[in-house]
Amino acid sequence: MTAAATPATSPATAGERPGVRMARSRRNAELSLLLLAMALVAAYGAMVEANVLDTVTPGFWVPAATLTAVFLGMHLVIRYLAPFADPALLPAVALLNGLGVGFLRRLDLANAAPEERADLAIFAGIGGRQLAWTLISVILAAGLLAVMRDHRSISRYAYTLGLAGIVLVMLPAVLPASISEINGAKLWVRIGSFSIQPGEFAKLALLVFFAYYLVRKREVLSLASHRFLGIDFPRGRDLGPVLVVWVISLLVLVFEKDLGTSLLYFGMFVATVYIATERVSWLLIGLVLFFGGAYLAYVLGEAVGGPFANFYLRAQIWLDPFAQPYDDGYQLVQGLLALGSGGLFGAGPGGGQPLLLPEVRNDFIFAGIGEEIGLFGLSALLVIYLLIVERGLRAALAVRDSFGKLLAGGLAFTLALQVFVIVGGISKLIPLTGQTTPFLSAGGSSLMANWLLVAVLLRVSDAGRRPVEGAGGKVTRPSGPPEQLHGAPTEVIKP
Amino acid sequence: MNAPLRRVGVVVIVLFGLLFANLNWIQAYKADEYRTSDYNGRVQVAKYDRKRGNIEAGGTALAVSKETDGELKYLRTYPGGEKYAHVLGYEPVNGSATGLERAENDFLAGTSDQLIVNRLRDMVTGDTTAGGNVLLTLSKRAQDTAYDELRGNNVGATKGAAIAVDPATGAVQALVSIPSFDPNPLASHDTDEATAAYNRLEQEAGRPLRNRALGEVLPPGSTFKIVVAAAALENGITKETEIPAGSSYTPPTSSEPIRNADPSICPESQVTLMNAVTESCNTGFAKLGGQLGPDVIKEKARQFGFEQEDLTVGRLGEGGLDVAASRTGSMENPDGSPDPAALAQSSIGQRDVRMTPLQGAMIAAAVANGGSQMRPYLVRQLLAPDRTTVYDTANPRELRRPVSSQVAADLREMMVSVVENGTGRNARINGYTVGGKTGTAQSAPDRPDHGWFIGFALDSDNKPVSAVCVVLEEAGSGGSAEAARIAGQIMRAAIAEPGGR
Repeated sequence: MTAAATPATSPATAGERPGVRMARSRRNAELSLLLLAMALVAAYGAMVEANVLDTVTPGFWVPAATLTAVFLGMHLVIRYLAPFADPALLPAVALLNGLGVGFLRRLDLANAAPEERADLAIFAGIGGRQLAWTLISVILAAGLLAVMRDHRSISRYAYTLGLAGIVLVMLPAVLPASISEINGAKLWVRIGSFSIQPGEFAKLALLVFFAYYLVRKREVLSLASHRFLGIDFPRGRDLGPVLVVWVISLLVLVFEKDLGTSLLYFGMFVATVYIATERVSWLLIGLVLFFGGAYLAYVLGEAVGGPFANFYLRAQIWLDPFAQPYDDGYQLVQGLLALGSGGLFGAGPGGGQPLLLPEVRNDFIFAGIGEEIGLFGLSALLVIYLLIVERGLRAALAVRDSFGKLLAGGLAFTLALQVFVIVGGISKLIPLTGQTTPFLSAGGSSLMANWLLVAVLLRVSDAGRRPVEGAGGKVTRPSGPPEQLHGAPTEVIKP
Repeated sequence: MNAPLRRVGVVVIVLFGLLFANLNWIQAYKADEYRTSDYNGRVQVAKYDRKRGNIEAGGTALAVSKETDGELKYLRTYPGGEKYAHVLGYEPVNGSATGLERAENDFLAGTSDQLIVNRLRDMVTGDTTAGGNVLLTLSKRAQDTAYDELRGNNVGATKGAAIAVDPATGAVQALVSIPSFDPNPLASHDTDEATAAYNRLEQEAGRPLRNRALGEVLPPGSTFKIVVAAAALENGITKETEIPAGSSYTPPTSSEPIRNADPSICPESQVTLMNAVTESCNTGFAKLGGQLGPDVIKEKARQFGFEQEDLTVGRLGEGGLDVAASRTGSMENPDGSPDPAALAQSSIGQRDVRMTPLQGAMIAAAVANGGSQMRPYLVRQLLAPDRTTVYDTANPRELRRPVSSQVAADLREMMVSVVENGTGRNARINGYTVGGKTGTAQSAPDRPDHGWFIGFALDSDNKPVSAVCVVLEEAGSGGSAEAARIAGQIMRAAIAEPGGR
């Protein structure tokens, strides 16, 4: 199935086909956008130093320049390995990643003793570590692009990845709390000072499995047997896999004490099922199951406690964080106060008090940044996230094979859902649960996993935008099942 | 599969729309509430960026900010300790300040409009100058004496207050309330410790956080007779006029007879007003009150400062510590006609008459100052952060004239007689003319009486130097005599070290 690497098709060949828009790689647009993003990151760094140190050190540009070098490397890799990839993805992700590094470095400055602030080493502190993680993550992403020349090649490992995903999800739950529990949520595997969140990688692995499984089973899952209230419901026996995932996500909720992750997996699965089958009933079943389960956990948490107590407590905090502003509600209250203190325009980069926020480098980084860049800045960040997600969905629309559509669509939606869960959590839209903020939060697992996700989106968008060769031309897309089957089977089966 | 993908795109936009709407709610609509929330540490951190100014009295710093290594750059400490706690109050990390720390917060914190020049200079130089300094009128010696004597009173009273003012200016020389508290733990940067200290004080039975000198209203007992005497002097009675007395008096419509504190006091059917005051003749004043009527007494009390609800003691002209209103209460029946029983009891400072210690001192001060009552104040001067520029110097002002100078002279004579020949002998000071009035007020039927003394000291030129009020709550027998002794000690200290004027 693996396709041979193909050099960029010359515009002339593509132009010969009437009615097909001339395909352009738009790599130069990507380069300009990337440089613009890096200029923003450098400016952000300078403003931070001006506010925290009262002066801009001569070396303020070093972190931004390092990041620029790393991302330029990625740009070159894309130029050669995925020349038709979406040009907005890399600059948007690089901007978020760069601002994240900048903000973490800003925390280092605030934490450092005043006399040490001026000469903070480039790889020192959490900002420096994040910079190193960025380098590693980008190398991993580039490596994935190099190894996976065609996104369909990973479908070969779908079952392996599915099993690996479940193991990764369950790993922290079965490990003793001393290894896996941080801040009440069992999401970690800690070995010495090194800790990873296997769940971050699990979502990628599981999604590959979902996409593969659903492409194969979509006809069956699309079968409707009952029509109720104008909605077609699936046959009972087809509910099996959905129930399995539902149980897994509830187990995650109960044993890893983490609503966010469970919501993420389940939402990811329901969304891919829906995309695959086009059946609204799956959405309804999914929503009812999830909210029913969450409500049940809430009721059980109130009545029985035990493993459900944590979830009940979180729901209580969400309903009224100011009831116990110094105890249980402390994190959420401080997050809200930080956001509110930022107001419309924010205190300016480096002008806020992020150290008052608990977990500001992880869960609450969005609130910490929000205090300094205000509502306008946060809105811009949300727009960038939205851009990445919509570009991912566009890649899914453009690509021709079902597996690619499901993979890209599912990944893009997962990213959106993760942003929704954490940003909604810290802003009291939904109960707060520990999730990393993609590309911003400190931590290698999250950064690596999300860069791998971006690499997949880049690969799929490259496949979608790559011009189709004429019948006599070299086959650039490996032959799969006939498009007709993927494009229209539901119309055959629909009653 | 493209249709559901597009719908997923719409769902994503809806989700992000919700995030955006919610951020608007928090960062725009609720922003002010969150920014100024009590739980918001930013307010506190910003507050501790600038060194808060000193509060000083007589060249001694009573509240100073010391530099720390912590996130909050300065720690507020109170070298004055318990003695000055009720005047200074405290400035906690969380929650609101009290006392002058609260009233003069703008100047101390350096955010006052008066200090705008300093702030503008800071903008240019990039420095952060300290807040301004507040200099108090207190006499350190009088304050120390008042606190030590109240605490060491020989009738075992655990609650009480003393306040001394300069009758000629209104400058407060001493202001003490017991039990007191140590403000230092309340200002601790360890907010748990501060909260624990606060809760402990809040739950103590003696309510140490309460400023009794300004905030506690108690029945004034016989000290109120000065007000009634003033009303009498303005209504055709002289100090030599014989007024009806007797060992017992039962007002019409009452079943409870009014007696004197001792059978030896005014058993005769008539005594002079002078003697009635000197001996503190209850029956005489009960009858005198009935003769004058409720309106006259209430009006005179009002002219002395009763019923005033908005008095503050701090900087002259603005702000300061709130003073509770003293009340005469009702002396009428529901239909408006005088209630003889209530009138008789009110005339000897019982029934519903309530007075703050400050009000007592202000009555004595007005008498001593020839009928002119000066507005009391605590802040003598506001000094720039660099201590060179003076931003505000108290300019004493008259608050009201309760009595004419003639009536004041008569009252003064009677009160001097109290100390020289009557119940207030303990307050005498060598070389000074001291006047005063004792009071023993029933608190509750089964509780010991409160002991009061209000008085003043005149120098050899008959110039007033100090007016004072001491109250020992639930002191029982001998309370007013002990109050008189303490008052004498405080005035002696105030004479030796007058404090700022």
